[in-house]
Amino acid sequence: MIRLENVHKAFGPKKVLQGVDLEVGKGRSMVIIGGSGTGKSVLLKCVLGLIRPDAGRISVDGAEGASRDAFLARFGMLFQGGALFDSMPVWQNVAFRLLRGSLKQPRAQAREIAVEKLRRVGLSPDVADLYPAELSGGMQKRVGLARAIAADPEIIFFDEPTTGLDPIMAGVINDLIREIVVEMGATAMTITHDMSSVRAIADEIAMLHAGKIQWTGPAAQMEDSGDPYLDQFIHGRAEGPIESLR
Amino acid sequence: MALLAPFTWIGQATLGLLAAIGRLTLFALSAVSHVFRPPFYPREFLSALMTIGWYSLPVVGLTAFFTGGALALQIYAGGARFNAEAVVPSIVAIGMVRELGPVLGGLMVAARVASSIAAEIGTMKVTEQIDALTTLSTHPMKYLTAPRLLAATLAVPLLVAVGDAIGILGGYTIGVQRLGFNGAAYLQNTVDFLEPWDVGSGLVKGAAFGFIVALMGCYHGMHSGRGAQGVGQATKAAVVSASVLILAANYLLTEAFFSA
Ligand SMILES: Nc1ncnc2c1ncn2[C@@H]1O[C@H](COP(=O)(O)OP(=O)(O)OP(=O)(O)O)[C@@H](O)[C@H]1O
Ligand SMILES: [Mg+2]
Repeated sequence: MIRLENVHKAFGPKKVLQGVDLEVGKGRSMVIIGGSGTGKSVLLKCVLGLIRPDAGRISVDGAEGASRDAFLARFGMLFQGGALFDSMPVWQNVAFRLLRGSLKQPRAQAREIAVEKLRRVGLSPDVADLYPAELSGGMQKRVGLARAIAADPEIIFFDEPTTGLDPIMAGVINDLIREIVVEMGATAMTITHDMSSVRAIADEIAMLHAGKIQWTGPAAQMEDSGDPYLDQFIHGRAEGPIESLR
Repeated sequence: MALLAPFTWIGQATLGLLAAIGRLTLFALSAVSHVFRPPFYPREFLSALMTIGWYSLPVVGLTAFFTGGALALQIYAGGARFNAEAVVPSIVAIGMVRELGPVLGGLMVAARVASSIAAEIGTMKVTEQIDALTTLSTHPMKYLTAPRLLAATLAVPLLVAVGDAIGILGGYTIGVQRLGFNGAAYLQNTVDFLEPWDVGSGLVKGAAFGFIVALMGCYHGMHSGRGAQGVGQATKAAVVSASVLILAANYLLTEAFFSA
């Protein structure tokens, strides 16, 4: 279980997170929505320990900070920008964890697993030997996804898994994320702007607005939450309580 | 208040400098400690050894050859003023192995390697690859910094040794072809005058310079600012600081080794 209490983070004068409280149960799929620049990516990075919150508590399975190495060992993350290692071919990116450290396996076997994971995200085996720079944006995203799930993690974060994908491929990825949560019992936190993605993968939804969780609840209650912020957001209206600069 | 402005400025500059030295020292200590603590990444180490050592050979070799040649001409011209042309072989050898081999070799490696390390690590930082390493349970200091630091510290002395030999060869070539020395006598002279510590001190300098180069490359890369501009700044800072530190360290080491 992941629990955030009163998490604050500012960059200089810019207050990004201003008291975020959130709970994600074990084996649940939490989707975080919210306007661009509201701090969704920063929130995930705080949980990961890549960014130090200014205040507040973040615990994973009841343990705070101290056991970060242990936490990361069973963890996978898809970065918004992919963050693929451009000095190595695709398969080595995907198999990164399997080629070193505690999960180390023979190279041939690691490669086999990498090719299998690539297949699951809809990429053919001949992509394995290309370099990230030789791939399209959507393909890079999917390689990042394959890398995140390569070592069968128990906790997975996806930062905008379907942006830049065609609708069919987005559907494939949504199904994949759903599968990972249901079949492997993983805990997932997904950031997305894609409402079809939200409907496909969310058990629970949290909306981030003005540095706080504006609304959170089960996916089924999203449509009739009665929250004007959430309504405006999910229906994509220009008019409403959330100001849009023009 | 205007009167105090210069003092404020001096105070701030001093504090800034001290803070930078502190940060760099902490970074260096942590980097060195990771060299000795597992996990180790032999593949990374070997590839760093190739890029830092092997691929620097042509640059260092050419630099040494031309320097050795020019040195022979200068010492011949200078020696002629008091009929001491015969010192060319020994002075070329001592000058090369004690000073010019390590210093010029170190500076060439700084230009080639500090820049590429800083640009590579800086780009990785900017594109979140360093964050990605952390999420893949891989410590960036162990995976990126430690192999480069170790490789440079081991490779640069070898480069210096090769550079020494090529520099002496450059002096020999010019001495025999242009200045009319007898080849066998030139070599005999070189061997007779050179002492083991002349060469050894140069190699120790090489190790220190290699360490400086990799350290500055990694430090500036890891602290790179955002975007292409940040990486550009980091690269420039790495080369400049590595070069200046090499020259400063050279003076200190020479003082330590040879001042009577
Ligand atoms: N390292 C950083 N330094 C300074 N400011 C930052 C940093 N990282 C993020 N920010 C700021 O924090 C705010 C939130 O950024 P974040 O990337 O979390 O947005 P987001 O909600 O993920 O948006 P998007 O949906 O567009 O990805 C932004 O205004 C950004 O300028
Ligand atoms: Mg984001």
